[in-house]
Amino acid sequence: MSDTSFPDATGRFGPFGGRYAPETLMAALAELEAAFRQAWADPVFVSEYHRWLREFVGRPSPLYEAVGLSEALGIRILLKREDLNHTGAHKINNTVGQGLLAKRMGKPRIIAETGAGQHGVASATAAAALDLECAVYMGAKDMERQGLNVVRMQLLGTEVIPVTSGAGTLKDAVSEAMRDWVGSVASTHYVIGSVVGPHPFPLMVREFQKIIGEELSEQLGDVKPDVIVACVGGGSNAMGIFYPFLDSDIDLVGVEAAGKGIETGKHGASLGHGTPGVLHGARTYMLQDDQGQVHEAHSISAGLDYPGVGPEHAYFQDAGLARYESVTDREAVEAFHLLSRIEGIIPALETAHAIAWLQREAPALAGKTVVVNLSGRGDKDVQEVVGLSSDPGL
Amino acid sequence: MSTALASMFATARHAGRPVFMPFMTAGIPDQDSSPAVFEQLAADGADAFELGIPYSDPLMDGPVIQAASARALDGGMTFLGGLELAGRVAGSTGKPVIVMTYVNPILQAGPDAFAAEAAALGIAGVIIADVPFEESADIQAALAGHGIGMALFAAPTTDEQRLRAIAEAQPSFIYAVADLGVTGRRQETSRHLEGLVRRIRAVTSVPIVLGVGISTPAQAETAAAIADGVIVGSALVAEVLEEGAPRSGAAFAAAVHGTAR
Ligand SMILES: Cc1ncc(COP(=O)(O)O)c(C=O)c1O
Repeated sequence: MSDTSFPDATGRFGPFGGRYAPETLMAALAELEAAFRQAWADPVFVSEYHRWLREFVGRPSPLYEAVGLSEALGIRILLKREDLNHTGAHKINNTVGQGLLAKRMGKPRIIAETGAGQHGVASATAAAALDLECAVYMGAKDMERQGLNVVRMQLLGTEVIPVTSGAGTLKDAVSEAMRDWVGSVASTHYVIGSVVGPHPFPLMVREFQKIIGEELSEQLGDVKPDVIVACVGGGSNAMGIFYPFLDSDIDLVGVEAAGKGIETGKHGASLGHGTPGVLHGARTYMLQDDQGQVHEAHSISAGLDYPGVGPEHAYFQDAGLARYESVTDREAVEAFHLLSRIEGIIPALETAHAIAWLQREAPALAGKTVVVNLSGRGDKDVQEVVGLSSDPGL
Repeated sequence: MSTALASMFATARHAGRPVFMPFMTAGIPDQDSSPAVFEQLAADGADAFELGIPYSDPLMDGPVIQAASARALDGGMTFLGGLELAGRVAGSTGKPVIVMTYVNPILQAGPDAFAAEAAALGIAGVIIADVPFEESADIQAALAGHGIGMALFAAPTTDEQRLRAIAEAQPSFIYAVADLGVTGRRQETSRHLEGLVRRIRAVTSVPIVLGVGISTPAQAETAAAIADGVIVGSALVAEVLEEGAPRSGAAFAAAVHGTAR
């Protein structure tokens, strides 16, 4: 049996999670936890959040029977269309929730980190709609490969701040956003973009994303899927769709980035191939060396290019509540093309990882019913993928 | 509680002479010259050291110490190498060395194995930037078992209830974060300094060391007037990065010790 009462009072999911944060942030984290718990128990706040999801985000997102892909792979495949949300990904479920909470706490400014740019765009969008000031930290490398999203954020009135430390990717953007917060905490709320970070972030982001699974549960009616599959970067879209199904016997599968191949060491599979440690305020599985220095991750998809993962997924893995697989850059790009051609849906490269796993496992899944969390659309990746078709290194 | 740290603070209080504790990253300007940097600071009047072990993801650090960490790691400095350097500096200077690190390397080694190793090397204390008192008990107990002290932080955002809990955990000293924000140089003296020290003194007699954003001798003098010790980091680290040696060690020592003219 699963224990869905987690996290405990110290923010732990079994041995994972916690609050490993600089003292300067501890008061803000306690204030945030109290404010979130109070808001989430307040029917006025909850109905306001649902109104925004309905009228601004466009929820519920459809559950779509992917007939072409089903035929091609010999599996019954249903797509939970988070790509149809306003701004094109699941990320906005969380930013609307945290934006409303920031307003309720009287914080006039939000900051965010972003990898693929989807969370940055979703934060910038919520900030514009809710009249909040917004700054987004983004790795310099990611600004190059997700240029479209940089322009979108700027159009929305957000300042995009390049991060050049480390590899200039998501990990460094999270670190830089936290550094900003250490100095700006009195006036600023940090809208973290996934189920990562110190308590209460993993809890709060899960609660704002579980709408995906709750809707799915209703939309399925009598249909009983055998498998639910989602890609895993920090783990928010996977958490959102898994969480309401924890007590079922559905096989919950998270797909991490195997990058250039696990054996090359250039990957982002922290659950599958990492070890427990503390990254960005929580104990979780992460990529590191034997003396505890953090390794750079690698993935063609900026949103999966992260050496850690949400602590609740670490708990799920150890407790056998979900399992985590990985696919390579090459497999993901193939799946990107496949879904585009067969279904007329261009997925985000992150999302393509979930499709790629289906494609690889098709023989074993023959005749089964599978729900895929189609976490986002791929407009942002089009240039990158077109450039890659001629890249012999992939 | 480390006896080395306890007696240092007792002596300092008795003499009314606050402790000057420079922060310096291990392994800069390069591995070979790093010990000499600490030795020079000792000659300049340092009473103890906060020796920063370079980490891949220094969350609490601003641009100067980030750059120092990156340079040290690029030059081959490691976590264990940093501990060995701390032992060597303790031996060659005779001053207490307090190691500053992030928590993950300690968890990888295992708190007890880490404490044993640190004790064998003669390290007096440990500061862990991302460990608030709620997460500190196991590590602090392991360190205490080997006679090593641990500092806990207090910040301008720390309320009275937390201050009491921090004091009750009996740290070797309280690292009072003088300013909001990460480590780095500041033009102005923090307006939080005096209020924070007053609030800590109201709940405990544990020694208070002020650090973060103290980057001129004048700021150090202000801090020394109210605290048991002063940490100067980025200002000295920047000099080592830019010039290969800390130029203002003596000026900071004089400012802290109240012997500046
Ligand atoms: C479309 C999409 N899917 C998935 C992810 C990965 O994040 P998470 O694992 O938190 O869902 C991202 C992150 O940028 C994304 O943009």
